[in-house]
Amino acid sequence: MISEFEKFKRFKAKNLPRKEMLAPGHRACQGCGEVLALRMAMKALGENVIVCMATGCMEIITTPYPQTSWKVPWIHIAFENPASVASGIESALKVLRRKGKVSKKHIDVLAIGGDGSTSDIGIGWISGAFERGHDFTYICLDNEAYMNTGVQRSSCTPYGAMTTTSPPGEKSFGQVTWKKNVPGIAVAHNIPYVATASPAYFLDLMNKVKKAALVKGPAYVHIYSPCPTGWGSAPERSIEFAKLVVETRIFPLYEVIEGRYIMSRKITKPKPVEEYLKGQRRFRHLDKEHIDHIQQRVNADYEKLIRLSEMT
Amino acid sequence: MAKRIGIEVSIALAEAVKLANVDVIAAYPITPQTHIVEHLSEVVANGEVDAEFVPVESEHGAMSCCCGSSAAGARTFTSTSSQGLLLMSEILFIPGPMRLPIVMAVVDRALSAPISIWNDHQDIMSQRDVGWIQTFAENGQEAFDLTLHAFRVAEDRRVSLPMMVNIDGFTLSHVVEAVELLSQEEVDQYLPPFKPRYRLDPRKPITMGPVGIPEVYSEAKVAHNEALKASKKVILQGWKEFADLFGRQYNPVETYRSEDAEILLVTMGSISETAMTAVDTMREKGQKAGLVRIRLWRPFPGPEFRKAAGKAKVLAVVDRCLPPGATCGPVGAELRSLFYKVPGSPKIFNFIAGLGGRDVTVEWFEEMVEKATAFAKKRPKELYEVIGVREK
Repeated sequence: MISEFEKFKRFKAKNLPRKEMLAPGHRACQGCGEVLALRMAMKALGENVIVCMATGCMEIITTPYPQTSWKVPWIHIAFENPASVASGIESALKVLRRKGKVSKKHIDVLAIGGDGSTSDIGIGWISGAFERGHDFTYICLDNEAYMNTGVQRSSCTPYGAMTTTSPPGEKSFGQVTWKKNVPGIAVAHNIPYVATASPAYFLDLMNKVKKAALVKGPAYVHIYSPCPTGWGSAPERSIEFAKLVVETRIFPLYEVIEGRYIMSRKITKPKPVEEYLKGQRRFRHLDKEHIDHIQQRVNADYEKLIRLSEMT
Repeated sequence: MAKRIGIEVSIALAEAVKLANVDVIAAYPITPQTHIVEHLSEVVANGEVDAEFVPVESEHGAMSCCCGSSAAGARTFTSTSSQGLLLMSEILFIPGPMRLPIVMAVVDRALSAPISIWNDHQDIMSQRDVGWIQTFAENGQEAFDLTLHAFRVAEDRRVSLPMMVNIDGFTLSHVVEAVELLSQEEVDQYLPPFKPRYRLDPRKPITMGPVGIPEVYSEAKVAHNEALKASKKVILQGWKEFADLFGRQYNPVETYRSEDAEILLVTMGSISETAMTAVDTMREKGQKAGLVRIRLWRPFPGPEFRKAAGKAKVLAVVDRCLPPGATCGPVGAELRSLFYKVPGSPKIFNFIAGLGGRDVTVEWFEEMVEKATAFAKKRPKELYEVIGVREK
């Protein structure tokens, strides 16, 4: 077990940090689940952190010069490379500490990317940083498409979903591929900590982000992030979907600590996937056949995950 | 003063990086840059310098890592060539406006297709406008000296810009030359520790790389350009102090037998040494030929070049790059623009030579001078000519 976790008293409703690291007044859409997840993650990490952010919604809404929402040091270089930028920062801090040029105090290094940055364009950069073993945390804020550019499909877009580049039509039913298993790819790098989280379970999310930062070496947290604008869902229902996605077993919450799968929340009485799919315009065109297929695949994937948690 | 030793130019350059007490090196191997990063890996592994060597997964990752490292306040170095420089390209445009003083050695090499590992300047010329300070070394001593100079200038708070030193692949990078390496004490005397004005620090949080909305974007681009232009003063100062300390004086442009020359060859990089031999040969034959070599490419030293060109009537400008469909090569275009409508300016003829490792010989330089002399009397149809290409 990871020794750093022993000292960590988990976040509870009573001991939530009051300090906000992400200031209000940013330009996120109404009901944005992503900025909510980001705010919680930053609350968990506190002020002793350096953030490297990929191009994307969170980058543009928080830093229209001369304004910034960031109360911690923050840097944006490009779309695909926050993991590499974090590698550079972590290496710099390591050597500057050794040479006595900066304080010995530990500083967390955090890289943040959306699902497009993480699962598509930046995956090689992330793989490199994980393989090299830099002490940093990577958070993927997954709103399941390229929302910043106007809702194009990514490899994290769910099966059947309508996006502007996976439109349903005479010969298509929307996204034809299944969501890429990015946490699984992270696990394959043998990094010490991988977790999934949803902003509906905010204490769970904050505890996972904090654990990811505490662990020595690379850590990966994949956070489901509802996007009313891109999904065609009601802004006031974002948290509801963030809950339903877990209760239907579509997005299970788990941790992988040093290769051991641990279910954060076992869903013994799952709701049918249809309950999650309805109410989102991106799934409106799906017929029974496709919904049944999604149900079967969700069942199979969940069973696989349970088997992994029992095996390890 | 340290003694002169025989050393491969790549190793000499890497020694300069070591002597600069570099903090972070992030690099990906590519021919012909490899000897530089191999040597740096070795000196880090042997503890000869206390630095982090980050063996990144690509050149794009290398430049991204360098941006992070420099922003965190570390003295940062990388090196690449050719396709690797192009893979970096997206990120190369970023440290300039963000004022991150990364130093990079570019070992110039041709571009694919067809794939070629040999030397020309097509890689760097494709990245001409990335907003870095750019110098070109002629020989091993210069490669060593310019690398130290690069750290000094880039990190100067009045500059705070990324800087690259170009050396020709193989014809310079892989040759063994007599180089006078400086001692650690001498380097420390010349190069102060890196003290960035801004860095990523939780005690003083700043936002680096925010969105440039239309109301500020133009101002940001102009500010970067102004900083690049203003860096010339510090570049010159850096060279002057180098000369004061170590006796070797560098200038933005160098001349060879140019005082009374009627026709001047214009070159960049290692072919200049062959060009000097060609000038000697032509002088022996009674031709009033000379040479101007450009060392500082960006910011372009306009006044210095005009002065160096003196009263010459003709310039035979050599480019190591063929930009398809353009009116002429990049150096040719730069000089035509510089002299446009300047009273009494020389006639400029542009020659493209030495692509993909083809030797540029003394005879070819003579041919260029001959042709330029003839063109001055009878205007050529084309604005440039490629020299040394087989027609069959």
